[in-house]
Amino acid sequence: MKEAQSYIDLFSKNRALVERGSGGVMNTLRDAALDSLVQYGLPHNKLEEYLHTDVSKWFEPDWGMNLARIDMPVDMAETFKCNVPNLSTQLYFLANDTFVCSETASKNTLPDGVFAGSLRDAALNRPQLVEPFYGKLADMAKPGIAAINTLFVQDGFLLYVPDGVTIEKPLQLVTLLSSKVDLMVNRRILVVLGRNAQAKLLVCDHALAANNYLTTQVIEVFAGQDSSFEYYDLEETHNANMRASELYISQSAGSKVAVDSLTLHNGQTRNTACVSFDGRGAELSLNGVAITDKSQHVDNMTFVDHRLPDCTSSELFKYVLDDRSTGSFAGKVLVREGAQNTSSQQTNRNICLTREARMFTQPQLEIYADDVKCSHGATVGQLDEKALFYMRQRGIPMDEARMMLMLAFVGEVIGKVELEPLRDRLYRLVEKRFRGQLTQCEGCRACR
Amino acid sequence: MSMLKIENLEAAINGKQILKGINLEVNAGEVHAIMGPNGSGKSTMSNVLVGHPAYEVTGGKATFKGKDLLAMSAEERSHEGLFMSFQYPVEIPGVSMTNFMRTAINEKRKYLGLPPMAPTDFLKFIKEKRDMVKLDAKFMNRSVNEGFSGGEKKRNEIFQMAMLEPSLSILDETDSGLDIDALRIVADGVNRLKSPETSVIVITHYQRLLDYIKPDIVHVLYQGRIIKTAGPELALELEERGYDWVIKEYEDSLK
Repeated sequence: MKEAQSYIDLFSKNRALVERGSGGVMNTLRDAALDSLVQYGLPHNKLEEYLHTDVSKWFEPDWGMNLARIDMPVDMAETFKCNVPNLSTQLYFLANDTFVCSETASKNTLPDGVFAGSLRDAALNRPQLVEPFYGKLADMAKPGIAAINTLFVQDGFLLYVPDGVTIEKPLQLVTLLSSKVDLMVNRRILVVLGRNAQAKLLVCDHALAANNYLTTQVIEVFAGQDSSFEYYDLEETHNANMRASELYISQSAGSKVAVDSLTLHNGQTRNTACVSFDGRGAELSLNGVAITDKSQHVDNMTFVDHRLPDCTSSELFKYVLDDRSTGSFAGKVLVREGAQNTSSQQTNRNICLTREARMFTQPQLEIYADDVKCSHGATVGQLDEKALFYMRQRGIPMDEARMMLMLAFVGEVIGKVELEPLRDRLYRLVEKRFRGQLTQCEGCRACR
Repeated sequence: MSMLKIENLEAAINGKQILKGINLEVNAGEVHAIMGPNGSGKSTMSNVLVGHPAYEVTGGKATFKGKDLLAMSAEERSHEGLFMSFQYPVEIPGVSMTNFMRTAINEKRKYLGLPPMAPTDFLKFIKEKRDMVKLDAKFMNRSVNEGFSGGEKKRNEIFQMAMLEPSLSILDETDSGLDIDALRIVADGVNRLKSPETSVIVITHYQRLLDYIKPDIVHVLYQGRIIKTAGPELALELEERGYDWVIKEYEDSLK
């Protein structure tokens, strides 16, 4: 509770400053956020949902926040001069928590009516795109990150796609942590897809400087009726980075959403994903990969709420843990009364490469309907010794054989990435990661 | 020319002594059959020769083409030309046959100081060897052994043997689980790979496989030792009379 108090005090002292750097509905919700933070504090490991990740500890240091919105220039050209071919995207940047109106962004061509840009600007100048949605999914009626994020957040990214509009080219949002000092960053992403709208968004999360960072991030996604949305979240930060992210998705009838969350390099990460089926016949594919070593920690918690009949969800999370790193996966699937003809599948498979690596996995299935098809499974194990020896007998050296098995293991998840150029690039990135060539964030050099 | 020379080889697994002094010499061009009742140490012997990490060599030595075999890692033994067809080929989900074979071939070439094989040459090479064991092209895109039938797995073993062109092949109960047609295809593949420079050790319970792969010398392994060595006629006699008489002969000789 004491951690929360210092942030409550900080906000009370600087409220005017926070609000000046933001606008519209983002400011209207501050009171509710403050109440929530006062009531629930920050999430800590006495709570079932945070058993393996004491997020409140991350807030103990006296973090600096750029509430006055002092310009912290990031040299985009320097950072992004490398360009791996084949993945052509519309590129946007968030430097720390600020949307960057770069030259690249202004060159992007989008169909009429689409908004892709600063959430702050939209809240101020296009409130009709933001107000009906902002904060409507993020749950502040329980301990979590949504409250503190909503309390301090000043900017972020809005993607608004009107009814019937398809954006063919994937959008890529690169979030960069770059500062001369340790920094806490509060970031918000809002995605609204109208009826029959289609879009793909790739978010690459990077930490450029070697400082300590704490990011709170809330992503809200409204998938309209019969819409289709692919969301790729790629974290490639560094060992001194802490990230608490909450993703909320509301799926209307007939919508299709695919989420692939990849933690390739990090420090401490907690990702929460809550998906609610708010219409019939919607489909969700929710997948994740975590590759960790040293003392890195990745915690994925998912909650899929089958509120209505005829919806399908499939989840696949895979971890490869090396050294003393730790992982946690908790996946809850709730099939409510009357949600007949639900199909739900959840799988979590993990490999601990050392005796010191630890994995905690907790599948949870709650079913209150009788005509459903649900399954879940979780395993923790080592690389298959028999396969390793078989490969060595054929002349494949031990290290290479291990590599091939690890790649094959996470390859199952990467194979689900529908964006082919991204899929190919992810294979290469993962291979680099396993070969130890991705020991720190390389900016987007590795990624673009 | 001596291909493999084993002297007083002793080995244990989980502290249990299995091999208690094996002596065996295989020359280039020869086919040896090793037979014996269950639990006599046949599979242990082949696993020790290819360097399985679960087995501990507790004594003796083995020389392969003049080099100290036991000092080499499993992958080095493979590069030097030692191959084992597994009794139970392992499934490797997510690793395609093509990728598996390409890596194996190019690692061997690297060891021999050769550049990687050109992709077109590699594909031609694969096709030629596939035809030899009648393995359909579709298997190349599948994961190694995953979803293969028993017969397909064994044909895949001989396909890999053909690809890697070993000097000494150990066929560990390759006949187990094979119907007569598959057996013939597998044996045919092995026979086609035979040359005056290569040798084969066939480990089997039954005479059946030896109808197709004709051995020059037949050994009987019992309680971790080779207790009888003779010509191909021994296999026929064992088929007819079982092992008891050989064991009795051996036990009498110890008295």
